Amino acid sequence: MTSVIAEGVEIDRVSKHYATLPVLDSVSLRIRAGEFVSVLGASGCGKSTLLRLIAGLDTDYSGEIRVAGERVRDTSLQRGIIFQDHRLFPWLTAAQNVLAALRNAPLSLAKKRRAVAEHIALVGLEGFENAYPHELSGGMAQRVAIARGLVNRPRVLLLDEPFGALDAQNRGRLQNELQRIWQHERLTMVLVTHDVDEAIYLGDRVVTMAPRPGRIERIAHVDLPRPRERTDPRYVALRDELLAGFGQSSTVQP
Amino acid sequence: MARFTQTFFWRNAAPRCDCELNREPAKKRKLPDLRGFVLPALAFAIWWAVSTIHGGKGGLLVTPEQVWHTTWQQVTSGALTKALGASLAREASGFAIGSVLGLALGLSLGLSRLATRMIGPSFDTFKQISLFAWIPLISVWFGLGDAAKVVFLSLAALLPVAAHTCDGIHAVPRSYVEAARVFRYTRWQLVWHVILPAALPSVFTGLYLALIYSWLATLGAEYLLVAGSGIGNTLIDGSENFRMDLVLFGIVVVGVTGSLLGRLARAAERAVLERRGGASVKESV
Repeated sequence: MTSVIAEGVEIDRVSKHYATLPVLDSVSLRIRAGEFVSVLGASGCGKSTLLRLIAGLDTDYSGEIRVAGERVRDTSLQRGIIFQDHRLFPWLTAAQNVLAALRNAPLSLAKKRRAVAEHIALVGLEGFENAYPHELSGGMAQRVAIARGLVNRPRVLLLDEPFGALDAQNRGRLQNELQRIWQHERLTMVLVTHDVDEAIYLGDRVVTMAPRPGRIERIAHVDLPRPRERTDPRYVALRDELLAGFGQSSTVQP
Repeated sequence: MARFTQTFFWRNAAPRCDCELNREPAKKRKLPDLRGFVLPALAFAIWWAVSTIHGGKGGLLVTPEQVWHTTWQQVTSGALTKALGASLAREASGFAIGSVLGLALGLSLGLSRLATRMIGPSFDTFKQISLFAWIPLISVWFGLGDAAKVVFLSLAALLPVAAHTCDGIHAVPRSYVEAARVFRYTRWQLVWHVILPAALPSVFTGLYLALIYSWLATLGAEYLLVAGSGIGNTLIDGSENFRMDLVLFGIVVVGVTGSLLGRLARAAERAVLERRGGASVKESV
């Protein structure tokens, strides 16, 4: 697989309201091409909203979001998004679900089929191409969703608590696989999570957001070599430091 | 638990391999379950006993032998074939016309905001009118023949198909529509590849109900728009000539036919929807 040219994301003084309720208040952030940024925050801090804005699913906001220098006005095949619920179509098999993401890709059917097979292999699901979503476990279904999010070879992959609904074992395994894919493909990834450990384990930077209205509170650089050791004193120190801001639970409570 | 929820929320929850087990978890015995026959057998025994003691006099109560005799006569003379054939032909054309129109109406109500605004309120009012309230109007406009009956049956089939198609489309999860937006689907692709497949189970429920309703309406039509032949007319003949044997024979035929139609519809539904299982709207990871 050839590498994709990764492009950066610029978020410039973005504010958003739902009716009179402010959701995001002047959020600015520059994400380098190929960077892995974790966005950490309690529920209601607007982190998922921010991700939807980057995806182009919602364009009703003030400020500007640019990807590769171009303003985001709608969804794009250049920006993939993976949600907490896998959102696979239940009437299609795993392979058909991945193929469905390529419907408007400028490729021949043969190339599409090859891309589907490659991405099914990438997430380790060879042999399950013809399984329907209800025949897959939660972890496997989320792998299909990851394959579907990557198959268009996006420059930016947005992840909205993608492992939130999985058990600890599956979560750990998929975190490692995501890291492997990120290192292999060199694309820009933005991960929204409420799990401090996950944010540090995967991110080059951890952006902490505070609620009401959603805003960036602090940005921590994670200068630790990959794969990261969760017992590394610097890792532990950073985790304690970030948790201190939330009151000592391993995940951030609302 | 997940299996249970699936079965609970959707009749076709069964995966293809162990569907019989899944549909009826209580059924473990190897012998066919005959408990459903207990009640009919008991009723038959009482009927037989009472009518034999009563002696079949006066015509109010006939013996099973008399009904059997009539059945034999109806079958061999071709009267049953003729009556049932006429009824089923009516049922089929009414169901077909009503379903096609119902699908068209349901699709436009479900997909077009303009149609919802323009037709929606009228359709909601129309739904509240009892089907039988149309009989006087239909009989004046279309007479008492087959045309009138088919119009009535079409009306009976149209309502459930239109309502369930429209509801099914409205119930398509937003998350599917968003996924399609991420993949840059055009409106046509969204409808054809996402909304219609997602709404299909509900459409099937509508078609299933339409088949049942239009069969019930067939009897209603034959009763209220009397001219012509049909299984409903067999019943009327029996009642008018005070032949309870013919009435009872007609009732059995109507029940068996309705039950077979229902089974047919379910089998068709299962064949189409079976493999995708229960993982539809209600699925959680």
